[in-house]
Amino acid sequence: MPDLSTSLKVEPTVFDISSPGRQGHYFPKSDVPQTNLPKGFVREDLPLPEIAEVDVVRHFTRLSQLNHGVDTGFYPLGSCTMKYNPKINEETARLAGFAKLHPLQPTETVQGAIGLMYELQEWLKEISGFTGLSLQPAAGAHGELTGVLIMRAYHKARGDEKRVKMLIPDSAHGTNPASSAMSGLKIVEIPSDSRGNIDMDALCAECDDTLAGIMITNPNTLGLFDENFKEVCDCVHEAGGLIYGDGANFNAIMGISRPADIGVDVLHFNLHKTFSTPHGGGGPGSGPVGVTEELAPFLPGPIAAVLDEGNAEEPPLFGLINPEKSIGRVKAFHGHFGVLVRAYTYMMMLGGEGLKAASEHAVLNANYIQARLRDTFTIPHDRICMHEFVLEGHWDDALDIHALDISKRLMDFGIHPPTNYFPLIVPEALMIEPTETESKETLDVFADTMIKIAEEAHTNPELLQTAPHNTPFGRLDEVKAARELVLCCWFPEDKEE
Amino acid sequence: MNFPKELKYTENDEWVRVEGDEGTVGITDYAQDQLSDIVFVEFLVDVGETFDKGDTFATVESVKAAADVYMPVSGEVVAINEDLPDAPEQVNSDPYGEAWMIKIKVSDASELSDLLDAAGIENLERDH
Repeated sequence: MPDLSTSLKVEPTVFDISSPGRQGHYFPKSDVPQTNLPKGFVREDLPLPEIAEVDVVRHFTRLSQLNHGVDTGFYPLGSCTMKYNPKINEETARLAGFAKLHPLQPTETVQGAIGLMYELQEWLKEISGFTGLSLQPAAGAHGELTGVLIMRAYHKARGDEKRVKMLIPDSAHGTNPASSAMSGLKIVEIPSDSRGNIDMDALCAECDDTLAGIMITNPNTLGLFDENFKEVCDCVHEAGGLIYGDGANFNAIMGISRPADIGVDVLHFNLHKTFSTPHGGGGPGSGPVGVTEELAPFLPGPIAAVLDEGNAEEPPLFGLINPEKSIGRVKAFHGHFGVLVRAYTYMMMLGGEGLKAASEHAVLNANYIQARLRDTFTIPHDRICMHEFVLEGHWDDALDIHALDISKRLMDFGIHPPTNYFPLIVPEALMIEPTETESKETLDVFADTMIKIAEEAHTNPELLQTAPHNTPFGRLDEVKAARELVLCCWFPEDKEE
Repeated sequence: MNFPKELKYTENDEWVRVEGDEGTVGITDYAQDQLSDIVFVEFLVDVGETFDKGDTFATVESVKAAADVYMPVSGEVVAINEDLPDAPEQVNSDPYGEAWMIKIKVSDASELSDLLDAAGIENLERDH
């Protein structure tokens, strides 16, 4: 249990620094007529903190400094693509012509915004090979749900009602079975073979006329490009199923491999991973879905389109359309428009060659770290990796050390822990994704630190087991946090017994 | 790792204690050790329902992972350990005792012979 008295020494709450009567602002004069709220809706007191602006700014600046972010340190959180978010993205997203629009404005008055959506759709289609694309979904798992609903709608529209089975490899992100289950499908897990690919015998045994499709992440969560990918697609397609591509790992293949060209029917992108938009902490994300020609009529709308090509004198007229057999809206208005502006900016800044170079460097960086750690850690599927790789965070001669201990010890060196205990098929997994935006010097610091921690694991295991030591809080009690789901906003002394 | 001699086991680390035509089912010491601290146990079945061998009857969750628990043999559920969801830590502290999960009426006794004995599960080839 964290000691609350310690936390108060670290940084008081905004309520603790309140002083009665102190004010940070004045309300402007009301520009609408005053009305009285209905009885019962007006409260007598409102115990909000009373603080000067300077103290508010200092409080939140200090809090932000207690945090770890990609702007403060290396963040090799596998499967999350925590690349640097260029600041120009923030500049463009704040341009008044984008930031101050109202989503209900007539489309003739927001041509630039819809034009941006249209171009972004076209670019994402170009690098993925798809025919149709919707920018609606709010994030990755939402994109999955959308894509799976499209697959269901496609089978249903053909009168093929018995296709209720979705195949999920055992290395999949947990969101894949969740999205399928939410769409009313039955999930069948497919094991991986010894090289980390989908086991072909197990797959083919499930390819029958009840097959809705398969959800594949390629490269997969082991950071490996599935060598059986073509055969997997053929086997599923021959049985009448569809291929769902989880685009979480798209950062490995931009400008190199187009999912639609190698057999994928539906794929979601994660703009907050691959296309450098903010990630987590209320991001929000964005999970556009691309589809083949057969599935395009089922996409959620509205989708940006050219209504009139225009000519030498007149610019094109953009508008919003709804596909004919659309599964319906999946998000209010136009998706997370501010995120779309950031992703558009990123693609515009890098260009085609730049995006390809980003993927090449992402893969090179991951392979560099893998090579540097190969002699120190067990790498269960030791192949040339893509943008990330998985190692085992334990040693047979240091049995009391677990992946979690290594993760916590990394925090002492100002490094965010890798994803741990995932994928589930690797014991004590540590999943490392450096991204392309890190320099060789940073990669070396990380590799040196990992090697140093491995040495400590053997010479001074307690140092790892009690880590972190250099953070505002030490080891938190995750078990208690998970077992006692109490989020209280009072301090223990105020709690009524 | 502790595998009591009188129990039978599946390769997925469920155990069964057979008494007459009734079997008590839980997860092994090895399973709880691999999952680490169990924080959540949920039963997906009710007393009186009948299931096939291999059907999921419960989900256990630790701070590391979630895992399904499967029927070791086919049968009817005759009792559920209703106290376990409120004390999931018992799966760690007493996997073969307090942390029993369900009791079943075995519908096909011949399925019991497919299960492993203590020596069988101890020698089971594991990834880790």
